[in-house]
Amino acid sequence: MRRLPAMTATATSARSDLSELGRSETALRTFLHGLPGVDQVGAEQRAAQLGTRSIKTTAKAQAIDLAIRMVDLTTLEGADTPGKVRALAAKALRPDPADPSCPHVGAVCVYPAMVPYVAEVLRGSAVHLASVATAFPSGQAPLEVKLADTRAAVAAGADEIDMVINRGAFLAGRYQEVYDEIVATKEACGDAHLKVILETGELATYDNVRRASWLAMLAGGDFIKTSTGKVPVAATPPVTLVMLEAVRDFRAATGRQVGVKPAGGIRTTKDAIKYLVMVNETVGPDWLDPDWFRFGASSLLNDLLMQRTKLTTGVYAGPDYFTLD
Amino acid sequence: MFEYAPAPESRSVVEIKPSYGLFVDGKFVEPADGGSFKSVNPATEEVLAEIAEAGSGDVDRAVRAARTAYEKVWSPMPGRDRAKYLYRIARIIQERSRELAVLESLDNGKPIKESRDVDLPLVAAHFFYYAGWADKLQHAGFGADPKPLGVAAQVIPWNFPLLMLAWKIAPALAAGNTVVLKPAETTPLTALLFAEICQQADLPPGVVNIVTGAGETGRALVEHPGVDKVAFTGSTEVGRAIARSVAGTRKKLTLELGGKAANIVFDDAPVDQAVEGIVNGIFFNQGHVCCAGSRLLVQESVADRVLESLKRRMAQLRLGDPLDKNTDIGAINSAAQLARIRELSDAGSAEGAERWSPPCELPERGFWFAPTIFTGVTQAHRIAREEIFGPVLSVLTFRTPAEAVEKANNTPYGLSAGIWTDKGSRILWMADRLRAGVVWANTFNKFDPTSPFGGYKESGYGREGGRHGLEAYLNV
Amino acid sequence: MSERVAVRKTYKLYIGGKFPRSESGRSYLVQDANVSLASRKDARDAVVAARAAVKGWAGATAYNRGQILYRVAEMLEGRREQFVALGATADEVDAAIDRWVWYAGWSDKLAQVYGGANPVAGPYFNLSAPEPTGVVAVVAPERPALLGLVSVIAPAIVSGNTVVVAASPAEPLAAITLAEVLATSDLPGGVVNVLTGRIGETAPTLAAHMDVNAVDLTGVADAELAAELEVKAAENLKRVLRPAPADHDWFADPGVTRMTALLETKTVWHPKGV
Repeated sequence: MRRLPAMTATATSARSDLSELGRSETALRTFLHGLPGVDQVGAEQRAAQLGTRSIKTTAKAQAIDLAIRMVDLTTLEGADTPGKVRALAAKALRPDPADPSCPHVGAVCVYPAMVPYVAEVLRGSAVHLASVATAFPSGQAPLEVKLADTRAAVAAGADEIDMVINRGAFLAGRYQEVYDEIVATKEACGDAHLKVILETGELATYDNVRRASWLAMLAGGDFIKTSTGKVPVAATPPVTLVMLEAVRDFRAATGRQVGVKPAGGIRTTKDAIKYLVMVNETVGPDWLDPDWFRFGASSLLNDLLMQRTKLTTGVYAGPDYFTLD
Repeated sequence: MFEYAPAPESRSVVEIKPSYGLFVDGKFVEPADGGSFKSVNPATEEVLAEIAEAGSGDVDRAVRAARTAYEKVWSPMPGRDRAKYLYRIARIIQERSRELAVLESLDNGKPIKESRDVDLPLVAAHFFYYAGWADKLQHAGFGADPKPLGVAAQVIPWNFPLLMLAWKIAPALAAGNTVVLKPAETTPLTALLFAEICQQADLPPGVVNIVTGAGETGRALVEHPGVDKVAFTGSTEVGRAIARSVAGTRKKLTLELGGKAANIVFDDAPVDQAVEGIVNGIFFNQGHVCCAGSRLLVQESVADRVLESLKRRMAQLRLGDPLDKNTDIGAINSAAQLARIRELSDAGSAEGAERWSPPCELPERGFWFAPTIFTGVTQAHRIAREEIFGPVLSVLTFRTPAEAVEKANNTPYGLSAGIWTDKGSRILWMADRLRAGVVWANTFNKFDPTSPFGGYKESGYGREGGRHGLEAYLNV
Repeated sequence: MSERVAVRKTYKLYIGGKFPRSESGRSYLVQDANVSLASRKDARDAVVAARAAVKGWAGATAYNRGQILYRVAEMLEGRREQFVALGATADEVDAAIDRWVWYAGWSDKLAQVYGGANPVAGPYFNLSAPEPTGVVAVVAPERPALLGLVSVIAPAIVSGNTVVVAASPAEPLAAITLAEVLATSDLPGGVVNVLTGRIGETAPTLAAHMDVNAVDLTGVADAELAAELEVKAAENLKRVLRPAPADHDWFADPGVTRMTALLETKTVWHPKGV
């Protein structure tokens, strides 16, 4: 009985140690560079091994429905129009109009200017509305502009913000700057959830992916996300593996759970299931939920729907039988 | 929760005959003076086939067939033609790899994902590699005109039945020898299918002979006065007996024996990969691996963290039906091996080490052992000294690199070792001092036909693989 | 003027860089000299000395070992008359000197010739390199006493092994005189240890010794004894060099097999990544 308060105090102080890190560039650097390294070959082999799991029948059906619920149905084109995003939102609510048992997706993800149109459609539903912000995808704008971008998206109805980190600052070792931007953006988000896009395709090494993941989590990110989808290399299984290890270790260290969102390049059911296997065997069932794992994707949804139909009807469907919104 | 549904590989790709004879002089023959024994599926205890047991008369017949083939056909044959036969065999193995993989998993108990993704690709690669040497022996660094030895007697273990066959037969044939090979009595089936592949490749009769049986058959083979070369992979105990039996003869001997490898994890290791390496090091093939990383030496400062990660990772291991594509840990190969693993594990507990296994349901029939680690192990414990040859890891700690080297080398064995650290110069410093034939740094249990494999001290002598592997089969 | 009375030499064992008498106090008469008759205990002491020397000798640079072997040739050159006086022919002494020179040059070439990169099918650095096997027990050929002895010692130690050698019982004086050469050639004590006496007494102890890594039975003429020693060697899986044929030509090109038989190949893997 008497020891309990002391133990709590210890735990609290261990946590507050991490929160202190953001106050000094040196402390951040020391911490991030003190994280265990990642051996590229080993990480890629582990990811490849997980990719050989054979998910069939009931497990596949379960995985497909879960994957549909985890999709952040995304359109991020200069050519997006209110009509296009409304149709996308409608599809998010009822991905397979022919089958009412088909679940809705996790969220719709659009540019800030498109948020009001999507909000109209999604109002009252459980589908979240995500908006990229902070001068997506490059992030090369003054901080004030990025924060204004964020506030505008939230004001227009977004309850999730996908920000980009300043990769230039990160690669140059200006961790404090990256950290401060994330903290400021989180503040600008208010109640909206913040997903921090690391743009792993530009980070060059898995060591950097691990450091950027921790940096984003330390600064208050609710999710860490691989990619904008706008650079040649987007989400890969080993990058996602390293990020999953990071959220696992972060929760162990701080008690706070952070979500993971691989985005870009995930187009098939087979790919999606490999990611779910990876989540299952790396961080466990706590993350097998749309609140903690999302796929940033567009064409993936139709493949999931086709495979779902195949499982329920036994017949392979064709793309003509699914909407192209 | 995300439960994986059963995903069994189909058994129908392989046809197992009710009984098998001996493969002598290109034909399957009935044993003259031997009996028979049964090969069982260790995952179900189902009898797979009745296997001929070769007696000394049968062994003699096989050795004579090999001698004739050596003198009349194989050693006079130009290297380029021997090469073509080996390439042919390699191709047939690739073409029939699914069949061989399923058969290997049925007879041995190893998970299909390993027989499919590790054993079979390496088997084919080994034949491809040595095929290329057959017409280049004069460039192998053993003189201008190295000669084969003659008839090679080869005795192989049950842990990698077809891979060990490939390690033995491919270099022997490339160098111009003929062989009589005895597979292990619990895993003869893929060797017998290999005999069919020899027929399919039109390999001249007598070049490869397969005699099945247990210890007595093996003894008759290695002690046969007509053999020029003995190659054995198996326990140090049997290796010692073979070394005694060839004493005073002209027979050239190479031995791949036991091990008790240290897998050394430093505080600056890439920890997630190190944990994978520890798991792969000891649970690959149920720990039935002579180079298994069966002693984990972890630096004290990170011991708790590494062990916590290791336990979490072990809880993800899937034990069960070897033919299920998602199985990570298959069946223990035999009742006898299971008894040995149990005995040593019980000794570990009795000697005061702390035993831990993840929650793990074992099938009712067949031979099974849950992945197990022992912590609080010291160098004096039996489980730190004796080869368990099962999924059992002994965990010890160290403080300094010098202490790690000292503990790693403090064993009569010297087959392999692992080092995990991000510091390059430390890897090289350690590698120089570890008395082991294979040192894996920031990786473990990697094999390749170009890479020599073999031990120091009581882990045996000679190397298999690479240019070095030819030496065992040449008169140099 | 009376003739000067010569100072005679006492021929003792060579163990750990020192010249002790046999702990047994025994000796036997050869060529008018009392030669130590090594005991089993002397053999065990020699193994301890050889083991203690492994770390330093195997850990020395190949360049350094080569320099020392060449130094042995230089020292031997200066003592050629002494060996001739003991009964060696001039040709034999020349050949023995040249043999040291030949092996000296091998020290920094072995790893290049017998090691190398292996092109494995994956993203790995993979390198094989030869290493000494450790302590080697050698039975030297009966004759030629000097050239035979040099021909078994040099290939063993050039790679970093240390040796305990049982010298020719019939002609041990050359062996002890060679030990004096070694002792003055910067060769660390314990790298070569020389036992004189009966092969039947020392060799079984060495062959059975669990801290010996290899036995070279080159000089064992008795086939039965050779087989018995090989059986003993099996106890800890010693590497075994079988006896040389009686008609072996010690003057011929020695080849590399004596060196390579006493090497271990170590293969190191490491991933290649960023």
